Amino acid sequence: MNSILDIEEQILIKPGVSPKPPVKEPGKLSGSQAVLEAFLAEDVDIIFGYPGGAIMPIYDALYDYQDKLKHILVRHEQGAIHAAQGFARASGRTGVVFATSGPGATNLVTGLADAMIDSTPLVCITGQVFAHLLGTDAFQEVDVLNITTPITKWNYQVTDATEIPAILAKAFYIARTGRPGPVLIDITKNAQLEKFPYEGYQRCEHIRSYRPKPIIRKNYVEQAAKLINEAEKPFILWGQGVILGKAEKEFKAFVEKSGIPAAWTILGASAIPTDHPLNVGMLGMHGNYGPNVLTNDCDLIIAIGMRFDDRVTGRLDKYAKQAKIIHLDIDPSEIDKNVKATVGVWGDCKETLPMLTKLVEQKVHTQWLQRFYDYRKIEHDTVIEKELNPTGEKLTMGEVIHQVNELTGGDAIMVTDVGQHQMVTCRYAKFNKSKSNITSGGAGTMGFGLPAAIGAKYGAPERPVIAVIGDGGIQMTIQELGTIMQTEVNVKIIILNNQFLGMVRQWQQLFHDKRYSFVDITSPDYIMVAKGYGIEGQKVSERADLRSALEKMLNHKGSFLLEVMVGKEDNVFPMVPQGCSVSEIRLS
Amino acid sequence: MQKQEFTFTIYAENQVGLLVRIAIIFSRRKINIESFNVSPSEIESISRFTIVIHETEEVVKKVARQIEKQVEVLKVYYNTNDEIVWQELAMYKVSTDQIAEKVQVERLLRQYGARAVVIRKDYTVFEASGHREETDKLIDFLSPYGLIEFVRSARVAIIKASSGFHEKLKEFEEAQPGEEVVENEYLNKQEEVFSM
Repeated sequence: MNSILDIEEQILIKPGVSPKPPVKEPGKLSGSQAVLEAFLAEDVDIIFGYPGGAIMPIYDALYDYQDKLKHILVRHEQGAIHAAQGFARASGRTGVVFATSGPGATNLVTGLADAMIDSTPLVCITGQVFAHLLGTDAFQEVDVLNITTPITKWNYQVTDATEIPAILAKAFYIARTGRPGPVLIDITKNAQLEKFPYEGYQRCEHIRSYRPKPIIRKNYVEQAAKLINEAEKPFILWGQGVILGKAEKEFKAFVEKSGIPAAWTILGASAIPTDHPLNVGMLGMHGNYGPNVLTNDCDLIIAIGMRFDDRVTGRLDKYAKQAKIIHLDIDPSEIDKNVKATVGVWGDCKETLPMLTKLVEQKVHTQWLQRFYDYRKIEHDTVIEKELNPTGEKLTMGEVIHQVNELTGGDAIMVTDVGQHQMVTCRYAKFNKSKSNITSGGAGTMGFGLPAAIGAKYGAPERPVIAVIGDGGIQMTIQELGTIMQTEVNVKIIILNNQFLGMVRQWQQLFHDKRYSFVDITSPDYIMVAKGYGIEGQKVSERADLRSALEKMLNHKGSFLLEVMVGKEDNVFPMVPQGCSVSEIRLS
Repeated sequence: MQKQEFTFTIYAENQVGLLVRIAIIFSRRKINIESFNVSPSEIESISRFTIVIHETEEVVKKVARQIEKQVEVLKVYYNTNDEIVWQELAMYKVSTDQIAEKVQVERLLRQYGARAVVIRKDYTVFEASGHREETDKLIDFLSPYGLIEFVRSARVAIIKASSGFHEKLKEFEEAQPGEEVVENEYLNKQEEVFSM
């Protein structure tokens, strides 16, 4: 955000004079320097941000840390926070954001809400007006703390530089431990400027009022194992908790020993590979047929690191009423929140899963598993085949993803925005490795995709990153093409353009008598826009050109924007209509 | 499940902003707070929130977990009215002339357990403490004589079965808290009301 420099620090600009480092006082650091020292001690090496008046002292200090801390200048603060989310999700590390006070900070709000519901570890630093100006309606003063309270795991306002090392240590500790989440630290300008005797940085290991990991009670694990061993039709539902807990190996061992079919929420996708024989597919509104129908037929659900979101459960009073429920979660408030657990195993699944694996009997559920395969066959014949290998004139979203799978072999990180293309990507993308599906789940934030893909590339530079975005979502944060231009980060962007806000249109078609109310959205010439940003692009409307265009995109050095024109009124199926039970899933 | 009065007792760090963090957990769910009090607790530096709402136990239990999830909250209890001893303080300002002329002040003091806090020529302030019904009765009594001002404090409550927080705090301060304070304390006793 632009800002008028505060009078206190107006400087005369003399042309031709090179910038001088600030005067050093031995043993003393400014609050700003203490922030950056904290980053180094926490192994931060990248910051996504945007400068402005109230955060200028920190940016000034950053000038001298450029060799250790990479700063990505975004085009809008929302882009910064989504990029930090993408970084955190791809790397398993904490994302760091800088924004200035007032509008800079309020632009973070959507990303904070998104990170909160999707449990993404972030530390956001916002500048704030001088402490003596708080509450005076000063220029760019906004009550950021109270705005962000419901959408942060923790937030705090620093008004005194001496607090900074301990508060930053607390911030990183809270963001990454337990159920991760976003933390916002608002630092007044005086605290950034003040110098104080610096006594080093001490990482935080314990806060007396905060217990990130509930103690595991062995008897609940034993009860859970007993239910599993007695079950004839057990069914595993897993969520992002497996990935956040870095428990993919432990999870796979549990699934394989127990022989239980397992289905995933969209944030849990990729924790075990797509083609694992016990991976029976996706849960929820646009999930796979078998997992939804058989939820209401199984005799035991083992929910691991997932929160029974309404998009997963459909109508709650008709959800798995016949089944006993085992719920493993690190967050005690999730147990019994939406679905009452028969046995709640509170704890970190990295620890609880091996305990459970030890106690469960080695089994194969051949007949039960076959039922999932049978439903898969039905879904394949009625929906999937038409989507992946269409014979119609128009391109489908599914065939684009299918072709991407064939070209990448499933090694790419798929980043999606929100809408039809998101559901199609989650359904059809092939994942070989964990942390491969980055999407806005709980919040459903359109505009998430492009900036998140930028961050994801920095989080996993060795992996190809493919952003799949709709023609609606891309226009919400299209300015981040500027960030790509400046940083030359290598992100492949596929715009699936159906010339509609497709998901809303689908609902209007199915549930509002085709009254298409304001879903007809026009697009700019994306290839020309990309060109304006120095990014190469291509538009594809014919099936014959798709494969070669995708190859060109993947082989291109640097970023590439591929616009694919797809069927205007294609729908995503299967679908569990809102207010219906999961077993009432529709195939058309 | 029947809605009834529940009293939350929350032990928390004394931190700016925590009150808002706790209050919005109720407002987000459109739960009206009947009474809200923050005071010191038996332990220095730890605040004690006493919050009263009218809800079902199921809702209360979920809200308790959401509150306990907050970083600066140590422990949340919720109790029905028969599990606590509670008081509210009320103050009544009346015209001294009216009262002196028409009321048997002695009776007032005895029957309602009231106390005169200030007696001036122009007005007198009485105080009474007790349950809502008790302090309400005194309103009814004084109203005919012109009640100039009335105010009542939030509820404060002592949990009958509690042995205080001193021992628990020691556990919290350990890097590895003992089973006494772990969250799944009552997991197997879901009907138990005393704690979540």
